[in-house]
Amino acid sequence: MTLRFDKLGVVIAVIVAYAALLAPFATFRANRIVPGQGRSILEALPLTLGWLLLAVMLAGAIVALFKTPLILRLATSVVALVALAILIGTAGSFLTPAGNTFARVAPASGFWLLVFTFTLLLADVLTRLNLTPWTRVGVLVAAAIAIAALLASGSLDSLSILKEYASRADSFWAEASKHVTLALGSLAGAVIVGLPLGILCHRVERLRAGVLNVLNIIQTIPSIALFGLLIAPLGWVALHVPGAAAIGIRGIGAAPAFVALFLYSLLPVVANTVVGLAGVPRAANDAARGMGMTDRQRLFGVEFPLAFPVILTGIRIVLVQNIGLATIAALIGGGGFGVFVFQGVGQTAMDLVLLGALPTVALAFAAAIILDAIIEMTSTRRRAEPA
Amino acid sequence: MKAWLPALLRLAVLVFLVAFITNPGWFEPLLKPLTENGAPAIYNQGSLLSLTLQHLWTVAIATVAATIVAVALAILVTRPFGAEFLPLSRSLVNIGQTFPPVAVLALAVPAVGFGQTPTLIALFLYGLLPIFENALTALTTLPGNVMEAARGAGMTGWQRLLKVELPLSAPVVLGGIRLSVVISLATATIGSTVAAKTLGEVIIAGLTTNNLAFVLQGGLIVAALAVLIYDALSAVERYAARRMGQGTE
Repeated sequence: MTLRFDKLGVVIAVIVAYAALLAPFATFRANRIVPGQGRSILEALPLTLGWLLLAVMLAGAIVALFKTPLILRLATSVVALVALAILIGTAGSFLTPAGNTFARVAPASGFWLLVFTFTLLLADVLTRLNLTPWTRVGVLVAAAIAIAALLASGSLDSLSILKEYASRADSFWAEASKHVTLALGSLAGAVIVGLPLGILCHRVERLRAGVLNVLNIIQTIPSIALFGLLIAPLGWVALHVPGAAAIGIRGIGAAPAFVALFLYSLLPVVANTVVGLAGVPRAANDAARGMGMTDRQRLFGVEFPLAFPVILTGIRIVLVQNIGLATIAALIGGGGFGVFVFQGVGQTAMDLVLLGALPTVALAFAAAIILDAIIEMTSTRRRAEPA
Repeated sequence: MKAWLPALLRLAVLVFLVAFITNPGWFEPLLKPLTENGAPAIYNQGSLLSLTLQHLWTVAIATVAATIVAVALAILVTRPFGAEFLPLSRSLVNIGQTFPPVAVLALAVPAVGFGQTPTLIALFLYGLLPIFENALTALTTLPGNVMEAARGAGMTGWQRLLKVELPLSAPVVLGGIRLSVVISLATATIGSTVAAKTLGEVIIAGLTTNNLAFVLQGGLIVAALAVLIYDALSAVERYAARRMGQGTE
């Protein structure tokens, strides 16, 4: 059997070689805001574990470099990622002097690069395996459980980002729930208002251009400005509308953030509803009319189910976008993971930035995978059914 | 419909925008009612004109860099040599789009420090995706008979790329650039949270001193820029499509 090079594998092997041998694996800092010093794999880990990690990385690079069976590549990338995740925690406790609570150990560029390259290898394998939607969600759930177990085991507790977490665990979960409430709540609002509005735009042609133009212009207003601009009208509502203040409407805080996210969400929902309904085949509508269906029956029995995948695509765009934009809410006191990001930027404490940014990225990523799977399921089922 | 109405509106927006950023003092009486306790109505910690130019400059550099890299990558993965990367690049683009801009910005700071650079990186990465996606779509859906004819005419791979594939893809690629520019114009304002010189500075100054006039003028300038640039690029796109004989929509 002759060995052939895998083109992606060449790229992966080069990056792994650089990241494992030349780039720092972990950063040591005497306290949380001073600049750190890099430590290589062999300096950051006990001797045997250091060589073991290097061996795993080397083996991974070799498996990636040549054309090898997919199952071997899958196993290699998973083993490499697990080894990296466990050993970065070991590096944390190994580098922190005993009893020192000020010192901080953080993953450095070499670690992130290694994680990135082996994730790339894993992504390549998963793409080539052509997984069904259900399996993809399963892989996501398995990864989430593995990460949760690793965090719960406490083996990573010596890392700086988890020390930041430990000192604000309560507020972390409070901000997390605010973040999710903001993102999902505004999505729900946009769906409740946007679907009927989209149906109306589909039926009444004169409305369509006007509504879509207004929603398009709202999208061009930068998020931080729109959040800020809503402070005044909502403050006025809180003062002058009886009962508004009682349900939590205030000039600053979650209310303007909610309204801003809602306004941004309307365009994808309305536009995709219009596009989805316009794409319903004329024959289907004619058949429904011929069967004597009323307008309402036709809407719910024919048009809506056929347009559903397109509408779901709009909802996916909105959800991923809202999870990201909800970070901005922190600037106007609306809470969410942005609180940690902006606090961290203000204190130049990058671990705090990561504490806000990583969960946001993870949430957005998980939302995208789950909704993509649902979209694929609804559209393949539609195609599989006899027309 | 009256065809001149949208053009007239755009012209009015343009005149208003230029007047505002060159002579903001004229508009002080309009914005004064939004301030409290005699706070200044017009941004006074720097000139709006130079901030606007820096904002546009940042977006322009990021977009040009993103266009070059995205189109080069799209060409690479659609050649036989890079075909192996095609499925992976598709899923990477999908994954990349889930990264929130604030997170990209915040994560770039530890690597390169505060200022213009993290903003450029975030705008570059975020601008890459729409352009790459459109370039890929354009290059993989070229009409088969045209490609066949080019091959039949004895064109080499390079000639086909430069004289047939790229010109035919131009309108769709331009669509991606347009999308990317509009996203970047708004995202650049967030860059000011990490000390980049953009119009976001005006908005953030307004948020921190509770001055609604600042927030409004910063937001409106960016929105007007985005609308005008979007329209201008749409016109370029229609022109390119007409030249390629693809007609107007």
